[in-house]
Amino acid sequence: MSAALVLRDVRKTYANGVEALKGISLEVQAGDFFALLGPNGAGKSTTIGIISSLVNSSGGSVEVFGYDLDRQRVLAKQRVGVVPQEFNFNQFEKVFDILISQAGFYGIPAGRAAERAEHYLRKLGLWDKRESQSRMLSGGMKRRLMIARALVHEPDLLILDEPTAGVDIELRRSMWDFLIELNQQGKTIILTTHYLEEAESLCRRIAIIDRGQIVENTDMKSLLEKLDVETFVLDLAEPLSEAPSLEGLEVRLRDARTLEVAVPKTRPLNDLFVALGEKGISVLSMRNKSNRLEELFLRLVERNLPAGGGV
Amino acid sequence: MNVSFQWVAFSTIVAKEIRRFVRIWPQTLLPPAITMTLYFVIFGNLIGSRIGDMGGFDYMQFIVPGLVMMSVIQNSYGNVVSSFYSTKFQRSIEEMLVSPMSATTILLGYIAGGVARGLCVGVIVTLLSLFFTHLQVQHILVTVLVVLLTAVLFAIAGFINAIFANKFDDVAIIPTFVLTPLTYLGGVFYSIDLLPEFWRMVSLLNPVVYMVNVFRYGLLGVSDVNVVASLAAIVVFTGGLFFWALWLLKRGVGIRH
Repeated sequence: MSAALVLRDVRKTYANGVEALKGISLEVQAGDFFALLGPNGAGKSTTIGIISSLVNSSGGSVEVFGYDLDRQRVLAKQRVGVVPQEFNFNQFEKVFDILISQAGFYGIPAGRAAERAEHYLRKLGLWDKRESQSRMLSGGMKRRLMIARALVHEPDLLILDEPTAGVDIELRRSMWDFLIELNQQGKTIILTTHYLEEAESLCRRIAIIDRGQIVENTDMKSLLEKLDVETFVLDLAEPLSEAPSLEGLEVRLRDARTLEVAVPKTRPLNDLFVALGEKGISVLSMRNKSNRLEELFLRLVERNLPAGGGV
Repeated sequence: MNVSFQWVAFSTIVAKEIRRFVRIWPQTLLPPAITMTLYFVIFGNLIGSRIGDMGGFDYMQFIVPGLVMMSVIQNSYGNVVSSFYSTKFQRSIEEMLVSPMSATTILLGYIAGGVARGLCVGVIVTLLSLFFTHLQVQHILVTVLVVLLTAVLFAIAGFINAIFANKFDDVAIIPTFVLTPLTYLGGVFYSIDLLPEFWRMVSLLNPVVYMVNVFRYGLLGVSDVNVVASLAAIVVFTGGLFFWALWLLKRGVGIRH
């Protein structure tokens, strides 16, 4: 499998002296569905900015499908589509015109641009809004417009920076389905998101960036296997006055009717229920405290914090 | 392949720019038409009739070339500075920066957009002037050349202004405090030969004097300055500004971090 994207020792120091990227190296294979995660200010958007030529790097190299972004600029850029985090289209332009212009910027003649614009606007449910000024669209529609715009030149690599931020659950799910469909058609997708459930559901590989460095880069399955403890929230039938002592399990009483129990992955859950049964505690319902990836993510990021430091 | 691709991209910017200034015609095309009509009525007809001849022509005929040139200057500059700054402000400039378009294509596209508006307004003002006087073109090539070069030069200047602008106030400062005085003192309403020697010499430092006079030469056949030297100076100045703008754009000054 060839590489869709290769970053080699990419660095960025802003004019104010902030070192946003401390030499990151990353390889994303063609056809992959890749998550780039990290806390706010970790360097995700700077990385995407460098790949999409919106930020000048301070060092290192970027290759897109084997084309160097500096030396083979046209060939490299034609293969990348970017959906940025913030709306960045002309608010007064019509939806259809935005797509036609974007296609033109990629050298696509007007006739073919119109066909593609129609295709992607229909696909993303915006065809009825084609004559509307973009500022008249709802937040969800604007997100979809940015996806349509990023696809109009049919890139092989699609980069989405927080594509579902502020989008309702129904729309988020339909966007997920659309992204899965694109990936199945062969497009390589790189996604940054704060919804870790999203990354876990969609992505096969994951890199975690923190303080300008890659702290994890592996496939999703291997990463989740590193999670050695899972925390469950139990809703109790009867109130308790204090947390019960359960051998080998870390227990915390959140309130009189809610227990939090950390269970090592090596122990069967049956042990928990046996121990609770012995104490005469009945459980009405149970859920994960957080998504598995979220739990792991927090640990990785916390491990990277300086002693005594926090966000 | 690359040339045809860049051509499509260039045409896209030009079409987008023309679409923009036509869409907002009450802000872009109508005001200069009204302002210039007022100039023709007040300065040309009412006051001009008392002034008498200027440079061998009646006053209305004398000021028409200057007013046409003033419209071209203001509109080619204004189009680029407001449009390019607006793309920065709304961040839609990112649509171009992520694309494979070259910096030269982006710059040429905006210049062409500015020239299109400058010429469009120039034609409107010229047509309006025909209601007040009759015009004869003495040197058609010089007329076309100087009007084109002037539009290009001020479109580039508008682009550079937009690159450095950080807020909307910055877009208005240069036109108000630099461009307008230079234009009004650039021989639009008077022949600089009427000035005392010192002020005549000072006026010769004003580039607009050369543009207005060469254009007047094209239409009326008279000029206060050497036409060939003026054209050469405009070409050199335009070239210098073009390469400065291109350098700024390539470096990402004001648009990339």
